Amino acid sequence: MSEPSTVTGTVGDLAAGGPAPTGYRPGRTLPLRVELARQLKRRRTQVTFGLVVVLPIILWVAFSLAASSPPGSAVTIVDLAKGSGGNFAVFALFASASFLLVVVVALFFGDTVASEASWSSLRYLLAAPIPRARLVRQKAIIAAFLSVCALLLLPLVSLLVGSLAYGTGDLVSITGESLGFWTGAGRVLLAALYIAVNLSWVAAVAMLLSVSTDAPLGAVGGAVMASIVSQILDQITALEDLRNYLPTHYGTAWFNLLAGQVDWGDITRGVFGSLTWALVLGALAVWRFERKDITS
Amino acid sequence: MHGLLRGLLALTLAAAATVLLTVPAGAATTAAVQEQRIDVPGGPGVTGTVSLDTSLYLPAVTPAPAVLVAHGFGGSKASVDADARDLAARGFVVLTWSARGFGASGGQIALDSPDHEVADASRLVDWLAQRPEVVQDGPGDPRVGVTGGSYGGALSLLLAGYDKRIDAIAPVITWNDLGQALFPQTAFSQTATATPLDTPARGAFAPDGVFKRGWAGIFFSSGAAPGPGSPGADATCGRFTAQVCAAYTEAATTSRLSATTAALLERSSPATVTSRISAPTLLVQGESDTLFGLDQADANARQIAANGTPVKVMWYAGGHDGGAPDQGVRDAIGGWLGHYLAGRGGVPGTGFSYAVSSGIRAGATVANGRTVQAPAYPGLAGSAPVATQQLPLTGDGQTVITPAGGNPAAITSLPGVGAALGSLGGRLSAATSVPGQSARFRTATFTAPTTLTGAPRVTFTVARVPGQPAPAEAILFASTSEVAADGTRTLLGSSVAPFRVAVPGDGTPVTVTVSLPGVVAPIQAGHSLAVSVATTDQAYAGGTEPAVWRVGVTGGLTVPEVAGEAVSANTVPLGPAIGIGVVLLLALALWVAARLRRRRVTTSAVADPDAPPLRIRDLAKTYKGGFSAVKGVSFTVEKGMVLGLLGPNGAGKTTVLRMLMGLIRPTAGTITAFGRPVGAGAPVLARIGAFVEGPGFLPHLSGADNLRLYWAATGRPTAEAYLDEALEIAGLGASIERRVGAYSQGMRQRLAIAQAMLGLPELLVLDEPTNGLDPPQIHAMREVLHRYAAGGRTVLVSSHLLSEVEQTCSHVVVMHRGLVVADGTVEDIIAGGGAATFTVDAPDRAAFVLGELTGVHAVQVDGGAVHAELNGTPRGSAVRALVTAGVDVAAAGPRRRLEDAFLQLVGEAPLMEDDGEP
Repeated sequence: MSEPSTVTGTVGDLAAGGPAPTGYRPGRTLPLRVELARQLKRRRTQVTFGLVVVLPIILWVAFSLAASSPPGSAVTIVDLAKGSGGNFAVFALFASASFLLVVVVALFFGDTVASEASWSSLRYLLAAPIPRARLVRQKAIIAAFLSVCALLLLPLVSLLVGSLAYGTGDLVSITGESLGFWTGAGRVLLAALYIAVNLSWVAAVAMLLSVSTDAPLGAVGGAVMASIVSQILDQITALEDLRNYLPTHYGTAWFNLLAGQVDWGDITRGVFGSLTWALVLGALAVWRFERKDITS
Repeated sequence: MHGLLRGLLALTLAAAATVLLTVPAGAATTAAVQEQRIDVPGGPGVTGTVSLDTSLYLPAVTPAPAVLVAHGFGGSKASVDADARDLAARGFVVLTWSARGFGASGGQIALDSPDHEVADASRLVDWLAQRPEVVQDGPGDPRVGVTGGSYGGALSLLLAGYDKRIDAIAPVITWNDLGQALFPQTAFSQTATATPLDTPARGAFAPDGVFKRGWAGIFFSSGAAPGPGSPGADATCGRFTAQVCAAYTEAATTSRLSATTAALLERSSPATVTSRISAPTLLVQGESDTLFGLDQADANARQIAANGTPVKVMWYAGGHDGGAPDQGVRDAIGGWLGHYLAGRGGVPGTGFSYAVSSGIRAGATVANGRTVQAPAYPGLAGSAPVATQQLPLTGDGQTVITPAGGNPAAITSLPGVGAALGSLGGRLSAATSVPGQSARFRTATFTAPTTLTGAPRVTFTVARVPGQPAPAEAILFASTSEVAADGTRTLLGSSVAPFRVAVPGDGTPVTVTVSLPGVVAPIQAGHSLAVSVATTDQAYAGGTEPAVWRVGVTGGLTVPEVAGEAVSANTVPLGPAIGIGVVLLLALALWVAARLRRRRVTTSAVADPDAPPLRIRDLAKTYKGGFSAVKGVSFTVEKGMVLGLLGPNGAGKTTVLRMLMGLIRPTAGTITAFGRPVGAGAPVLARIGAFVEGPGFLPHLSGADNLRLYWAATGRPTAEAYLDEALEIAGLGASIERRVGAYSQGMRQRLAIAQAMLGLPELLVLDEPTNGLDPPQIHAMREVLHRYAAGGRTVLVSSHLLSEVEQTCSHVVVMHRGLVVADGTVEDIIAGGGAATFTVDAPDRAAFVLGELTGVHAVQVDGGAVHAELNGTPRGSAVRALVTAGVDVAAAGPRRRLEDAFLQLVGEAPLMEDDGEP
């Protein structure tokens, strides 16, 4: 039974093989390194990380090309950005936190299950069998890992680019406080971590949509849309205290970290709000996926 | 133009005078409001009584302490309605009124005169003493506090000075010395040595100041609208008393402060009564205020605290050039009155808080300021004087020119414009300072960030330039700017300090110490400060005679600093912090619960080694929307079988296979594999390899990577995969290293079958495996499946192709419309009962011959073929009989009952065009 392989294929020594031993353990399915490899080889992952690395450079080029503002105009965060590497990193975070980073998180989470569904590979993973809750969990862990990496990479590259371009002077916060370079750099990274936690609700929305649809674009777009709607509602001051329950309400609370003495009030409230939304929506995602008929 | 000005005025003064912002929703509806007019004596020079328009706001619970809320200049009781409701919601009886000369009240504006406005307020206290809703300290002595902004703030201070019954006050953005506010002189008198800088914003308050004509004009014009019921009065005086009107007219025309005017303004100044104030005082002052600067509150604080009276000072980011106080200030006022009037809340203390605002714009949601809390206002009785830093100034003496007529003049502030544009002044100044009109002196760059808190001081020398014109006195404007590394200057506080100094005629310089405007300014490291001296300022009546001055500095710049803690430091809110813990615990609990449940499910099944690879019982699936794809399917697949699941498209085959893979939850019935139940994620699925409804690969990976990663995802040892055998089955050759996205359908199909065979599963399930394969590949696939089953494993193949099933399978289950219509071995069904078909040249004769044979019956002619039940007669004997009878036999074989049955079941015609030959 070992004739040379042809286009039609042969079966080798199949007949001789006894019953296959099954070393299957549910707890060993879809190891994190495997899922990481599956995601890292994807073009969208590579493009996202590339963008995060390139963005600070684009900002630097844009600042270099732009004429300096006339003396009479108001001092804005853009003017501040050119003060030091720390300020530049703060600006990069500020410019990207409300949309770009939302898209990044929505992409990593919203795409992860829905794209498997769109490729039909989801059913083979589930029939492997990978327990459904475990599939969601492993994918969520890797999506979270990639999101946090992207969220930390942005300020790190910004600090590097900013320091090379504008020096390692003090980080001057929006409130006018100055922080030394290393303190400032630490706070910026802490701010990025806060943004990561604050966006956990976006992750949960994206995951819920991801397990609900076979269209990756729908899941990513839906999560981004949810964030935008929340930000719009947050601008309606007539909603008063109701706005405190919007998940994006404390989205800029990380600015409080850029102070000698940190005001943890809004940060704590923001973390609480985001985690609550994330828990509810995330539990809903698992619940839904465990009961769903996979028809893709 | 007039209308525009009036609109602006109303806006600014109302904003500035309104002490507090709008109340929270809900509070507004709780207070009951009673409106009444209260007649008060007219006072000296006024005949009869004056009728005041008042409103009484009652809280939910009475009796309660009372609060008088006085409005700002140009406002009325309506402009403090929101504040009154807020205080009523905090449990106070609140009385508001329109001061005389404003709103619907009668009388004329006497500028918070003790005999008029202050006396009126005392009568209102009398009135409150008669009200049962108000807590009384004694007969005719109600428990009462006073608050108000600007004009109302000064009234609070004056009333507390004149009326001992006042129990607490909270004046906001107001004056101490109205003469100094309108005619500031910031140069310390040369005869006396300058008082030390003990409190942070101590001003010079020297006599004979420079007329602040911008604000004075706005102040006056907002009361200049003709009032009701004063026909025949001087139309230019509006609702002002004749004395006030005359004083203003004089000041505006001469720009000098006459003794009469000084006396009038002095009577309206709390400075005259601060030594008597014993009511605990919360002083709120704005940091953006060119009308009543921080020095005014500083003087109030110093004078009142000297009596031993509790004084707390708050500087907030706002003022007459900025905005109204924020919620933090409202809460502080509410807390102050609550403690001293009702005994509610803790002791507010005598601390000092100030707002540090960077002025950087970063969107509405990002705060650009912070509040700093110091334990005490430095320099008050019992606390140390303010810390100062001496900064050397560089810059030689410079020549400045006063243009004739004082025009053009620098624009540093925009009086009366308010918050929206008021802060623009500081930035405008950089662009609008007139060349040649200012001298500038720089400090060294700061090596560490510093927050300048209070009024800095500097000593100038001013001299005539020989041969150049100059009057006897110089009127100059000093200011402080922050200079960035790139040279950008920002005027601190949008404010200048005017001073008038007599300069000797012989050319010797005069030395003068000037108190610069009080500010709170964060200075970045790398930035420096600049002190400027200018000859003109739009907001003041400067010198009009042409002059040339030589200005220099001696000594350095004395900068006050107040160390403090960020007010919000270490205030992690307890509720949300606990909430985070609860959420995390809840997440952990959910995880543990799910894990326990899963463990119970996986350990419950009992293995049965002899159980068939697949047993399906009464399986049914009804999709959402009511479509029943499968209705009660039962069959069993035994070990070693190659079972064909045959049925036309839509028969429910794929739905059965999906349920078998645990992808779809059955509506009814059970599936067991090897004796264990099959469901979503059931471990027994690891013993089943499946290829259902097309391949599913990651298109960006190669075929080999796909199979490798798929196997890795199952978590099983690599040794169990038999990857090489599977790749051999796929037979993709070198293409296996190309990305799957570039594969043809057939290649993907073969790769998918190879994937299903990974690990050599004991039950192999293939859905339409030959779709897209060419005939040699189909042939090879059949061989593979036969050998696979021969190895003791089991194969389940679904197909809609009869020939496929016939040639591949040992057993067949026929499905149609969700039901099993036939079940058995292929031979049984094909050759069941020994029926045979003969293709002959003479069918009728053949039928006759066959009919003659013993045992043969049910002979049928069907075109060129004859069917018969041989019933034990060997087919060879039948052929011999036919040949013997002279019939030519072209073919003889078993009758194709399966096809017949199948066509009959399906009803119509051939299944598929490519069904092929039998």
